[in-house]
Amino acid sequence: MSAAEIDLRFTLNGREVQARVPSHTLLLDLVRERFGLKGSKRSCDMEVCGACTMMLDGNLVSSCTTLAADADGRAVVTVEGLTPAAGLSRVQEALVLHGAVQCGFCTPGFVVAITHLLQQHPNADDEQIRRHLRGNLCRCTGYVKILAAVRSLAGTEPGLQPLAHERT
Amino acid sequence: MLPAPFQLARPTELAEAIRLAAATEDSHFHAGGTELLMAMKLRLLRPELLVDLKRIAGLDRIAWAEDASVVIGALATHRQVEQDVIVRRHLPALAALCANVANVRVRSAGTLGGNLCFAEPHADPPTLLAALGARLRLVGPDGEREVAADAFILGEFETAREPAEIMTHITVPVPRGPVAYRRFRHGERPAVNAAVAWTMAADGVTIERARIVVGALGSRPQDVGLLERLLAGRRAGEAAEAVAQGLTDAVGEIEAMDDRHGGADYKRHLAGVLITRNIAEAAAQINGATP
Ligand SMILES: Cc1cc2nc3c(=O)[nH]c(=O)nc-3n(C[C@H](O)[C@H](O)[C@H](O)COP(=O)(O)OP(=O)(O)OC[C@H]3O[C@@H](n4cnc5c(N)ncnc54)[C@H](O)[C@@H]3O)c2cc1C
Ligand code: FES
Ligand code: FES
Repeated sequence: MSAAEIDLRFTLNGREVQARVPSHTLLLDLVRERFGLKGSKRSCDMEVCGACTMMLDGNLVSSCTTLAADADGRAVVTVEGLTPAAGLSRVQEALVLHGAVQCGFCTPGFVVAITHLLQQHPNADDEQIRRHLRGNLCRCTGYVKILAAVRSLAGTEPGLQPLAHERT
Repeated sequence: MLPAPFQLARPTELAEAIRLAAATEDSHFHAGGTELLMAMKLRLLRPELLVDLKRIAGLDRIAWAEDASVVIGALATHRQVEQDVIVRRHLPALAALCANVANVRVRSAGTLGGNLCFAEPHADPPTLLAALGARLRLVGPDGEREVAADAFILGEFETAREPAEIMTHITVPVPRGPVAYRRFRHGERPAVNAAVAWTMAADGVTIERARIVVGALGSRPQDVGLLERLLAGRRAGEAAEAVAQGLTDAVGEIEAMDDRHGGADYKRHLAGVLITRNIAEAAAQINGATP
């Protein structure tokens, strides 16, 4: 049995969803165009930059080069699923406070990858941080502030507190 | 970029997957898709049919076998290999290799079997698996066969596998001596890599047999036979000196290509450096083990 179209059922950020798609549909396009979640970005389109990073059953994948069919029966998490209804997650807040966001194009991918890193290694050392994040590229920040934000979450560097006017 | 449309099959039985692939002229197996989908997005490949292998139970299993080998399912991802307790215990060099392939997303989706079957020359596992004497199990319409890892990759993107044959698992004998693996890269993939595996004699200090393999710099992994012969029968403590004497000639014989990872001469030089460091590491493993 083979088919040019396929029926998918999976959870997207914890919600049960269904879709019928052509077999050659990519996960990134399904999530952005069909489900309207535009946080995940297409940039390199070749598994190198990480702007399209999603979690698939708890593993990080490049959704630009993953078949939508591979999500069938599995759990997909995007940056939207990691963002609280109000305010920011602790990863997002640390990135903001450390000035680790400039144009912001890479940020959704970093948020997913950093969240995954801290799930696996809550007290990640520098070696673990670098190995986990070396596949996420940022053209603006020079990485120093992103590293500082992650170190603050891993407890290897003091965290920053929001200034009075920044509190939400 | 989108791949061109294709039919997708997701069989749950090995025999069904082989039958489907054999019945369609232009079909490809789909494992992690990290190489296949890139080639399809670039329209280098336009298969009529993709046969997904991920629903066939057991193909990603990693197990210990009675004959002192580790059997790794071809569908095991780099990340599974990296984190597996059996691999970490008995084949630590392979666990470390898989932990440093590509980036974390490619490691999570890409499989060991997919890496071998694609045969992109700038790869890590083929070099180490050849040095370790791994055997690859292929199952196809005409039955099963086993191919030695160092005879599997024939050239760039070319292997001994027939189109409808599925690689089911990779059997790696547990080494009887030191193993060292190193690679050099400035991009995502290795420019040059080198593996050393010694089988030690019963006295624990004499090298019975040495395997020295270099990869990524040429069209396929290559034995450095000249150095292997120099080391056979020698004591571990004399290995560094013996290799230093033969190195220039040995490295000169390596087939290397000029590409964006560097010029051929530069890569031959790097191969020599990696071999020298591996030999020092292997000798240190012996020294550390014997009082
Ligand atoms: C950005 C990037 C960086 C990389 N860096 C490295 C690196 O540093 N070192 C390195 O070694 N590799 C590297 N790779 C390669 C990576 O290891 C492979 O992409 C991956 O392991 C391929 O596995 P896959 O399951 O995704 O294969 P797929 O893309 O699914 O398949 C590849 C090919 O093999 C065939 N195939 C797959 N499985 C089987 C099977 N069981 N039986 C028969 N045929 C099969 C498919 O039909 C296809 O032709 C990199 C790749 C990328 C994209
Ligand atoms: S867009 Fe997917 S990794 Fe860059
Ligand atoms: S903030 Fe601009 S690419 Fe990272």
